[in-house]
Amino acid sequence: MKKSPSMLLLLFSLYMAFGLTSCMSVKAYQKNRLNDSEMELAARKSQKFEQSFQLYREASSGANGGKSGGGCGCN
Amino acid sequence: MRKIYLCVAALYLGIAASHAQTRPQPVKDTSNYEARKLRLDEINIISAYYHQDGNNSAVTGGIGSEKLTDFANTFDLQLSKYSLRGKKHTFSFELGIDHYTSASSDKIDPNTVSSASMRDTRVYPSLNWTASNDKTGNAFGLTASYSHEFDYQSFGGGLNLTRLSRDKNTQFDLKAQVFMDTWKVILPVELRPPGYGSGAEHEDRRPVDNRPRNSFSTSFSLSQVISQRLQVALIVEPSYQKGLLATEYQRVYFNSNFATGVGPTNNIFNERVESLPGSRYKLPIAVRLNYFLDDHFIVRAFYRYYTDNWGIRAHTAELEIPVKLTSFVSVSPYYRYNNQQGSRYFAPYGQHSPTETYYTSDYDLSTLTSNFVGANIRLAPPNGVFGWQRFNSLEIRAGHYTRSTGLNSNIVTLAMKFK
Repeated sequence: MKKSPSMLLLLFSLYMAFGLTSCMSVKAYQKNRLNDSEMELAARKSQKFEQSFQLYREASSGANGGKSGGGCGCN
Repeated sequence: MRKIYLCVAALYLGIAASHAQTRPQPVKDTSNYEARKLRLDEINIISAYYHQDGNNSAVTGGIGSEKLTDFANTFDLQLSKYSLRGKKHTFSFELGIDHYTSASSDKIDPNTVSSASMRDTRVYPSLNWTASNDKTGNAFGLTASYSHEFDYQSFGGGLNLTRLSRDKNTQFDLKAQVFMDTWKVILPVELRPPGYGSGAEHEDRRPVDNRPRNSFSTSFSLSQVISQRLQVALIVEPSYQKGLLATEYQRVYFNSNFATGVGPTNNIFNERVESLPGSRYKLPIAVRLNYFLDDHFIVRAFYRYYTDNWGIRAHTAELEIPVKLTSFVSVSPYYRYNNQQGSRYFAPYGQHSPTETYYTSDYDLSTLTSNFVGANIRLAPPNGVFGWQRFNSLEIRAGHYTRSTGLNSNIVTLAMKFK
């Protein structure tokens, strides 16, 4: 059976999701680098409005911390 | 002998004096929590100026100016309190105000000096309450939101849930949101049926239709600490929209002549308002990866694959390299690439067939590639920005966007955090 690229990506994502949970345990006192403000695992607050215009100027949206509904975005 | 007495006396006085400075504190029983009143934690003010220009306006059927400016602002307050049980309750209030001017919207009715929706202000407040446990990191919250602009109104509600593993290296986040929107249907002037209003509330009392658009979205996010320098997140955010998804003031011109049966004297040919299906399923899947390379360089990477039932497939990749000039100043150049296969309902000006059920000439739904490049400067000195202790951080971000369809834009953002 030939798998589509999106299906392969989904399978890879699921593999990553379950595979990564078996990583080494990092203790709280070892997280000084991970706690750096630039290491936050989310879009920056200052990206808020660029994500809005990208949502309007491109057809794809979501999964990046930007909004996924509400407001028409019709201009 | 006298020297020894003097030394002992000095030693005694020294010890006594040192004890006087540090009066023993009563030992606090940490097993019992203490309630704390509501306290202001953080204020964020974000402002952005956006300008774009292009020549594929959907309002005029895929041709014409796309010039648009938007001045967007949000102000958010974050307050928290602790209950007697030790739970932290965080309240976030956000107020957003955008003001835009759009050249293409002015073409809805080119005969008027300024038609409805040529310029508009959008106001969007939202409120979030989250209860969290500092020990476990687990949290639960609810959100209510509202958005209002001239022809569009949106009521939103949602919940968020966070679960952390015992070692706090794995985090699962769930977010579910519902938006119940109502759209005032404004039509291009020549395509309005007899008696149909322009939508301008004060000048035109004739009725216009109001149609719903509802959105339902869920977001599943799994974050994992991989090592002392690396952490990743996998985000899946399926969503569903139902209702009026076409923008009915956007025109479509066809490849052959036919009478549309609209217009003041049924004299409109070869032209209709945009038509799109009444439902849309979207599935974006994204991976975010942050790597602390060394004391000066950090790598922030993002990739997203997107698919929906309108035939759109997209790949988006983003790379940002924060460079720490000092511990408190960083410059982060970034680059974003997007490649999108357009919707099956899209065709340029004059290329749609009149036999098609769904049609649009909105280039936002076309096949395209885009590049976005810029930099982010962040200042977060320990004694506050400009020496003002409460001014926690200042970010200035600027970017230039180019799209293969010819659209170009620039954005400048200023983000200030006060604590």
